[in-house]
Amino acid sequence: MTTLSLKNVTRRFGGLVAVDSVSFDIGSTGVTAVIGPNGAGKTTLFSLISGALAPSDGQIFLDGRDITGIRPEDVAARGLIRTFQLVQLFQNMSVLDNVKAGQHLHTRGGIFAALARPGWARREETQIEARAWELLEFVGLSDHAHAFATALPYGQQRLLEVARALAAKPKLLLLDEPAAGLNADETKRLSGIIRRIAETGTAVLLIEHDMTLVMNTADEVVVLDFGKKIAQGLPEEVQKNPDVLAAYLGGVEIGHG
Amino acid sequence: MTSLLATTLPSRFRWTDTLAWLPWIISAGIVGYAFLSGGYVVTLVVFALIYAVFVIGLNIFMGFTNQVSFGQNAFAAISGYTSAVLTTAYEWTTLPAIAVGVALAVLCAFLIGYPTLRLKGHYLAMGTLAIGLITYEISVEWSSVTQGYMGISGIPPLGIGAYEVTSDRGQLALLVVIVLILTFMSARIRTSRLGRAFFAVAGSEDAARALGVDVARYKLASFILSAACAALAGSLFVHVVGFVSPEVFGLHMVILSFTMLYVGGIGTVAGPLLGALIVSLLPDTFRAFKDYQDLAYGAVLILLLIYAPRGLAALFDRYVPAKKVGGAP
Ligand SMILES: Nc1ncnc2c1ncn2[C@@H]1O[C@H](COP(=O)(O)OP(=O)(O)O)[C@@H](O)[C@H]1O
Ligand SMILES: [Mg+2]
Repeated sequence: MTTLSLKNVTRRFGGLVAVDSVSFDIGSTGVTAVIGPNGAGKTTLFSLISGALAPSDGQIFLDGRDITGIRPEDVAARGLIRTFQLVQLFQNMSVLDNVKAGQHLHTRGGIFAALARPGWARREETQIEARAWELLEFVGLSDHAHAFATALPYGQQRLLEVARALAAKPKLLLLDEPAAGLNADETKRLSGIIRRIAETGTAVLLIEHDMTLVMNTADEVVVLDFGKKIAQGLPEEVQKNPDVLAAYLGGVEIGHG
Repeated sequence: MTSLLATTLPSRFRWTDTLAWLPWIISAGIVGYAFLSGGYVVTLVVFALIYAVFVIGLNIFMGFTNQVSFGQNAFAAISGYTSAVLTTAYEWTTLPAIAVGVALAVLCAFLIGYPTLRLKGHYLAMGTLAIGLITYEISVEWSSVTQGYMGISGIPPLGIGAYEVTSDRGQLALLVVIVLILTFMSARIRTSRLGRAFFAVAGSEDAARALGVDVARYKLASFILSAACAALAGSLFVHVVGFVSPEVFGLHMVILSFTMLYVGGIGTVAGPLLGALIVSLLPDTFRAFKDYQDLAYGAVLILLLIYAPRGLAALFDRYVPAKKVGGAP
């Protein structure tokens, strides 16, 4: 079963082709990693998939439906949730409220529910609060539920962003360099968390620089270089692929970025 | 991780919880004092409370949703003038006139907000400033209805049907009730799904959209709620004063309401009321300074902004982030 399908997706910024006719499919389960040197177009690709940017060319399908160029909030409503390379928390809210806000799509109620607080709205509030605690427990942040999001150390902010994304019950979760800025311990824990997310039936698409994390977590790897897909396959295969080695050796970084 | 404790919100009772009541106690003290002493102070506090209605709305748009509008006075003017014209030229009673005024302002907010809220940053601010100025020009130029600079006088006082609230203390009591209801409403909005969506828009539009929050829609909702409060304040004003002219809803209204919002505490629940009361009473408190009254007033405002940059109520608010602590690069 294919969840996400890219067909010749292209994005130009002026003369620069940041994403160059990229095509691949990913299944409805498992973890797929997108790797590539800095500037390869990985984040741009995520922005195209999540609707934050419109492709210059090509098409994107989610569960067989064309989502090319639709608004990010509509992409999210179809079950595709992303996180950001630079953490984007709601800094003005507590850790718990961040996760509650993540459940926006699965709750209802506007001004009437806010003011009159009918029974259903109160029950819904109780449910999302309970769910938020579960998710914080899952990523190991329940001790800091009442802290402000910005008061968390950086590594925990990343985990909070993951918990908040999970709150939206994604069918497909896009994580943009979730291990950036994490220490070895935190990275290991994150790897476990990603595996468990995949086990619960959520497909994960992951951008990552940390090769250990990629090798330990990904079922499949897609490699980008200068906007083009240069390889796709099992982690062990890709690791030995001469094009991939050339791209990494030719770039500024080897392995870690 | 222990450093986190300092910024962790209390889940159990702490003595600081009682401090959360301080803005309310101060506000109640000021209003109570006015009620008992009567006279000039009552008038000051009545105007402060009308402004509080305006600022509660401004706070929803600027504090909760983190948007900027320099043009909320337009909605006060629309509703204020509607109230004035309907009760004088058409001899309507007060309540339906206010209702129509607020409804008309809300309609305008929708028509104006729908296109302008798509603008970003400075453009939105400039756009809202233009709305305020255009409304002012209309109130001057459309003299067949608004009487131009002369203004409209003889506007009946607040009241329900034949019962009119004419005494100073009666008006004060009525306004206290209105402000309490609106404050309660803003507190409820803040802790609801709607409020979380507003705060999400304020925190990160990109992240909000990525989680399915229709940012444009919530900005518009916030703008309309804010306009409704501004409109109500405009109508209350004309019925309390009995007179309206273009100057009433001029640019000084924008400046005053911004000062109140920042002094009181932007994004808090108690802030608008506290800010409105303090900013209204401060100049008078410094009358003893005679020629230096404005100087003293300015100095106090600057000190407040330095030592309580998020406003007075934020000092006691459990929901306002403390200073950033460690961690993030
Ligand atoms: N909004 C933009 N405008 C112009 N150029 C951009 C923009 N976003 C990304 N780019 C360029 O596109 C290329 C790919 O960037 P990005 O997708 O961030 O790479 P990666 O995430 O793989 O490091 C880079 O050369 C970058 O400078
Ligand atoms: Mg990137």
